[in-house]
Amino acid sequence: MNIHEYQAKQLLAKFGVPVSKGIACQTADAVGKAFTDLGEPLGVVKVQIHAGGRGKAGGVKLVRSADEAKKVASGLFGKALVTHQTGPEGRVVKTIYVEAGSDIAREMYLAVVMDRGAQAPVIIAAAEGGMDIEELAAHKPQAIARHRVHPVKGVQGFQLRALTKHLGLSGEQAKAGSKLIQSLVTAFMALDCSLAEINPMIVTKQGEVKALDAKMSFDDNALFRHKDVMECRDINEEDPKEVEAKKFDLNYIALTGNIACLVNGAGLAMATMDVIQLKGGMPANFLDVGGGANKTQVTNAFKILLSDKNVKGILVNIFGGIMKCDTIAEGVIAAAREVKLSVPLVVRLEGTNVDLGRKLLQDSGLNLQTASSLDEAAEKIVKAIA
Amino acid sequence: MTVLVDGNTKILCQGFTGEAGMFHSKNSLAYGTKLVAGVTPGKGGQTLEGVPVFDTVREAKAASGASVSMIYVPAAFTADAICEAVDAEMDLVVVITEGIPVADMAFVKDVMKGTKTRLIGPNCPGIITPVTDKSGCKIGIMPAYIHRPGKVGIVSRSGTLTYEAVFQVTNNGMGQSTCIGIGGDPIKGLDFIDCLKLFQDDKDTEGIIMIGEIGGTAEEEACEFMAGYVKKPVVGFIAGATAPPGKRMGHAGAIISGGKGTAADKKSAMKKAGVHVCDTPSVLGATMKKVLGK
Repeated sequence: MNIHEYQAKQLLAKFGVPVSKGIACQTADAVGKAFTDLGEPLGVVKVQIHAGGRGKAGGVKLVRSADEAKKVASGLFGKALVTHQTGPEGRVVKTIYVEAGSDIAREMYLAVVMDRGAQAPVIIAAAEGGMDIEELAAHKPQAIARHRVHPVKGVQGFQLRALTKHLGLSGEQAKAGSKLIQSLVTAFMALDCSLAEINPMIVTKQGEVKALDAKMSFDDNALFRHKDVMECRDINEEDPKEVEAKKFDLNYIALTGNIACLVNGAGLAMATMDVIQLKGGMPANFLDVGGGANKTQVTNAFKILLSDKNVKGILVNIFGGIMKCDTIAEGVIAAAREVKLSVPLVVRLEGTNVDLGRKLLQDSGLNLQTASSLDEAAEKIVKAIA
Repeated sequence: MTVLVDGNTKILCQGFTGEAGMFHSKNSLAYGTKLVAGVTPGKGGQTLEGVPVFDTVREAKAASGASVSMIYVPAAFTADAICEAVDAEMDLVVVITEGIPVADMAFVKDVMKGTKTRLIGPNCPGIITPVTDKSGCKIGIMPAYIHRPGKVGIVSRSGTLTYEAVFQVTNNGMGQSTCIGIGGDPIKGLDFIDCLKLFQDDKDTEGIIMIGEIGGTAEEEACEFMAGYVKKPVVGFIAGATAPPGKRMGHAGAIISGGKGTAADKKSAMKKAGVHVCDTPSVLGATMKKVLGK
């Protein structure tokens, strides 16, 4: 799960990461008032969307008066901001964060990520900040310091010394930087983050070290033990179809093609998407109904698939192991009837009671085709919508 | 010989009396698996399905002689259950549970350092060694009836995609030595390299099917290892060629990030290592048959 910058800063501040004061607003009037309340000569108006690249896309602006803040905000609220991470449709701005401006002397990069190779969190730091870290990693790998964090003990003193040195901090700034890194790692571990990134981390002209931006992502599997993080969820930032799918324990991800697919198992679901493309079609989604899908789940899955207006046909691919094929066939038939299916449907069933399942489908009177292999199913659905 | 488990392996089940644990334990018993003890804290002393239940893994192991633990404990308590099995010095722990926090697995892997216990999973279908057409050692949630004893070893990150491969091997008149589902999580137990080594060293395995997916670099590393160690033919498939970057495809590990972990990279590493790469999983069985000249 991702959260907004202002939420990340509020969480990080609790762990001792220095951030500027700021106020989250939902209206342009509130933005103007927030500027006055902050009482600083310089303010920063920052749109809050779950995507990077806001600055380059015009979503971060400096303002010097309440009127200017309000005017800038009116131009941003309700508009879709398109950045290199949002896709062409962009993200509609619903929240703006107004923050006290900083006199930046220098920008750095700092992040903690859960790393599968290290089997632990890893701290990543670079003395050059505010830029694309992946680009830096590709062109100047020596500029990036990496330190594995012990999964129980956390970050060690020697690592903090090496990191602050790598960041070019000395004296009081090194002490402040060290405390910031320590706080970030503590927050990362306490909140089950998958990513906590400060880009840029800055030194101000007054010598303060602080987080100018903040991005946090959390391990979905650990959210059950973090109510405070769960409260930060903003469903406006998620695809409505994905939100609906989660309610029914379905794992759905919207894609851009026109052949919807319903599969049991994540690996098989990905393979189904691949074969659709191999046969000349484009998948409209990833959908894993899990190992024990029932009739209600299949019906709701169909509804979600068909709510995508691009969908021209549906491919069902189920390898019934523990589940019996006749049970799945009954679910598919009931679902197709309930949603008054009007697009071509190809069903590939394999596994326990497969003959019974196929017979149920054929006798259902529904306009559907069956297939005995994934390749055959994909060929049939691609042909059916051509 | 087969890999890790055979018809004589004695297993116990942690989370035995829970809904999932009981359902899948019954299936293992019906397949003739030597499931000799159950463990559920607070429920020791009962006997269910003819299997005695104990409060702790140590007690269950001492009374039954089990060497392998199969875990169906709910995700919030799984790390603790694995640590208990490691402390009881089980040879192998197979974790079926999905949805375990990644930080919990990082902790578990740290605890396991220097111990004798091997881990399969979490978030995996488990491991199975068929002994006859209708029986064998089944530790996990895979449908037993699609398996036949034979000479093909299968290792996979995915569940239902593994069944697809198993079923094709069976339908092409071959069978499986052992099938291992290593699971879709980023921090886990046995990886491809461990399993490839086991299959290469097993005299009863003649060919290997390896099924990977997008995310991480485990397949690429396995391919480097293969070049120097694996002499048996390997047939491979990678799922997720059409997955967009930054989206987590079901499995916590299946995500393309920073341009790494794409299906194209993995397939090209496989080809370089001499793997017979399939573009669709529908031809895994037929390809293995051809490669083995059967």
